Amino acid sequence: MSIYSLNVNGQPFEVHADPDTPLLWILRDHLELFGTKYGCGIGQCGVCTVHLNGTAIRSCTYPVSGVGQSHITTIEGLSENGTHPVQKAWKQHDVPQCGYCQAGQIMTAAAFLDNTPHPTEEEIASAMDGVLCRCGTYCRIREAVQTAAQLSK
Amino acid sequence: MQTSKTHISRRSFFRSTAVVGGGMLLGFNWLTACRSDKELNQITAPPSDWFEMNAFIKIADNGMVTIQAPNPEIGQNVRTSMPMIVAEELGVSWEMVRVEQAPLDTIRFTHQVAGGSQSIRKGWEGLRKAGATARTMLITAAAMRWGADPATCTTRNGVVYGPNNDALTYAELATEAASLDIPEEVSLKDYEDFTIIGTDVGNVDIDAIITGQPLYGLDFTREGMIYAAILHPPAFGLALDEIDDAETRKVNGVLDVVQFGNTLAVTGTSTWAVFKGKKALRATWKEVAPLESTAEHDTRMRELLDTPSKGPLRLDGDVTKAFQSADIVLERTYEAPFLPHNTMEPMNFFADVREDGVELIGPTQTPAAAHRDVAALLGRDESEISVVMTRQGGGFGRRLYNDFTEEAAMISSLTGKPVKLVYSREDDMTAGKYRVASKYKVRAAIQNGSVTGYHLTEASINSHMYGLIPNFFPAGSIPNLRIDAHALPSAITTGAWRAPYTNVLAFAEQTFFDELAEQLGRDPIEWRLELLEEAIPAAEQDERIEYSPSRMQGAIRLVAEKSNWGNAPDGIFQGFSAYYSHNTHVAEVAEVALEGDTPVLKRIICAIDCGIVINPQAARNQCQGGIVDAIGHALYGTFSFSKGRPSAENFDRYRLIRMEDVPQIEIHFVASKEAPTGLGEPPFPPAAPAFANALYKATRQRYYALPFTPAAAERPAF
Repeated sequence: MSIYSLNVNGQPFEVHADPDTPLLWILRDHLELFGTKYGCGIGQCGVCTVHLNGTAIRSCTYPVSGVGQSHITTIEGLSENGTHPVQKAWKQHDVPQCGYCQAGQIMTAAAFLDNTPHPTEEEIASAMDGVLCRCGTYCRIREAVQTAAQLSK
Repeated sequence: MQTSKTHISRRSFFRSTAVVGGGMLLGFNWLTACRSDKELNQITAPPSDWFEMNAFIKIADNGMVTIQAPNPEIGQNVRTSMPMIVAEELGVSWEMVRVEQAPLDTIRFTHQVAGGSQSIRKGWEGLRKAGATARTMLITAAAMRWGADPATCTTRNGVVYGPNNDALTYAELATEAASLDIPEEVSLKDYEDFTIIGTDVGNVDIDAIITGQPLYGLDFTREGMIYAAILHPPAFGLALDEIDDAETRKVNGVLDVVQFGNTLAVTGTSTWAVFKGKKALRATWKEVAPLESTAEHDTRMRELLDTPSKGPLRLDGDVTKAFQSADIVLERTYEAPFLPHNTMEPMNFFADVREDGVELIGPTQTPAAAHRDVAALLGRDESEISVVMTRQGGGFGRRLYNDFTEEAAMISSLTGKPVKLVYSREDDMTAGKYRVASKYKVRAAIQNGSVTGYHLTEASINSHMYGLIPNFFPAGSIPNLRIDAHALPSAITTGAWRAPYTNVLAFAEQTFFDELAEQLGRDPIEWRLELLEEAIPAAEQDERIEYSPSRMQGAIRLVAEKSNWGNAPDGIFQGFSAYYSHNTHVAEVAEVALEGDTPVLKRIICAIDCGIVINPQAARNQCQGGIVDAIGHALYGTFSFSKGRPSAENFDRYRLIRMEDVPQIEIHFVASKEAPTGLGEPPFPPAAPAFANALYKATRQRYYALPFTPAAAERPAF
């Protein structure tokens, strides 16, 4: 067991954990930030996506020992009250069905739009291709990312 | 207005009130309601008292209406659409409504199952009456105050209006109304008077979802709770022989290893601790039953396809004679593999087995069964067990089974602690209740340019098509018809998977009909409309035929119009399919383009008759999702067993559809005043055959197997 000082959503946290503990389980079990979801544990489905210094990463394969002083942002910290342009767009398009993957979709879209504020349809499809949605809400995700790009202007 | 008997006796009403007490609201604070408390506080002061009107509705003295959504939410949006029905008949504005998940109570909620696309269809009458009953009582209370005839009173947006410009809010009337007798008859609104039904209402949980609030079973936590991971036999047919848990017990955070039957559970203080502890387990397994493989299943199912079943599931006319006198016989065989459900939220459940009672909290599509099965498992009285349903990260049929609920209860019972059992993705994909692998042989007798005989034989694992499925189309449209079905027993556990049986049957039948139309030199849509015309009198005489040929014609005409069928632009190849299932009629046209030599699915146009559409925006979402799901599994859904072991355990070796493969999908609803039917499953079955039929137009290649992998495409028709 080691002690790690983490910066999550702008707040400091101290956790006792094994070095190989994935960030996902630190967030969920230690910090009780349940918005970041578990889907596959091997970085394939993307529902565990969070931001590490603004870059989208798969928290299920990212060990807590590798986080260091980096700033972690989860869905709970993306905005004050769900007012990030991506969240607004998700609400406007009423994207979710079961909703389980949507935090991963939203965090992926938010990081993508930061780097690509004027995306083409192909760029959106390529960027969002990494996050699975078993309910098949992809049509709405595609539209919502376009709307979010407009709202971000 | 239509008058309708409530069937609510005074006694049952008062029993409900007593059961509810006041504690019911408190138990579910962790499930976020449609509006956050913060938002509600901005509207008005928190309610100081609640008045129970009936099982689904509470009206507060500040006018806020709480509606308990009685069905499990697995993504079908029933937590929004079912309360919309209540609110419509109650006569309130949607803004004053908040929605809560109702706890399990099999006495009050008779259809508390999310399965078979039946929630809305079965809830429709009851929910309307519930709303109308409350409204009637509020009107009666107002009329008594005014000394007026209730018939002269009207309601709008939570206010009763009387004959002399009188007006009283529901809030002002709630206390008096609660003490009135339950009316034996209530009036239901006419379709034309709906103000909520038929409008786009956003998902009541949207704010909680987009901000990552804990909603799902996996998010549940409680002081003192421990975690558990599970180890099942790695193959069907194996049983636990010996275990060595020495390394497991050295893992930080691991508390215990317990065994029940052929299952081991590792308990600990965090999910990661129990996952690591499980990996460190050394177990050996012994063969207790034959280790089955897909190759053997395939051989045996093909043999069954050539064997007449003991009794056909449907038999019309003289099929033997029709085939003997045929000019041409067309025969094709179709097949599809096992499939795992792969809900994005893996199976999980919280259980706390104590001397004073058993608490079960988590995602299940069948809470009543969980209640009953856990009572039997633990030898407890059902009255000692409570089940609370959480929001569910997908169902697709997997959570109809409560194996994981029972495991959680067993682990809690053995350890004496409150426990949250968490399946890894590997556990989820390998210990499944798979879609049955199945094969179909379809034969048609053609004489003088028309189909005179039809014979379909099904062979599938463990169980075969059920209920009225054998009487779906083409029953009624072909004079000599026979449906046979065989089940091949297997140790591999199988179960319902989105649109059970019809998800493959529709592919077989609807691609076969496309081939038949080509053989006859007919346009598939024109010919289908004719066949359905012939089925109209048969459907009237034969009560087993529950599909409506004329409603199916309506959906087909709409899809033909919206897709501009027969007039596609150059380079666009269209394929058609129509299928009735789960009480809903659906027609779809797929459009494929060739990009170089590669066929690409560009668009699917779907026309659907599901009666009245409660919430069009959510309904379109549901239909698009079903179609995406069908296309994805048609492209990639491959799964098999070798010596009892599944071919994939996680998404590195099991492909689900991703955004790049998703076409444009257009949904059109047939205008209807009929009672609503479900949408979770019906859009799925016709999608893969429409796609296959369009692919054929583009490439001249027919598909006889799901998925359309290159290997499947290379196989000849047999």
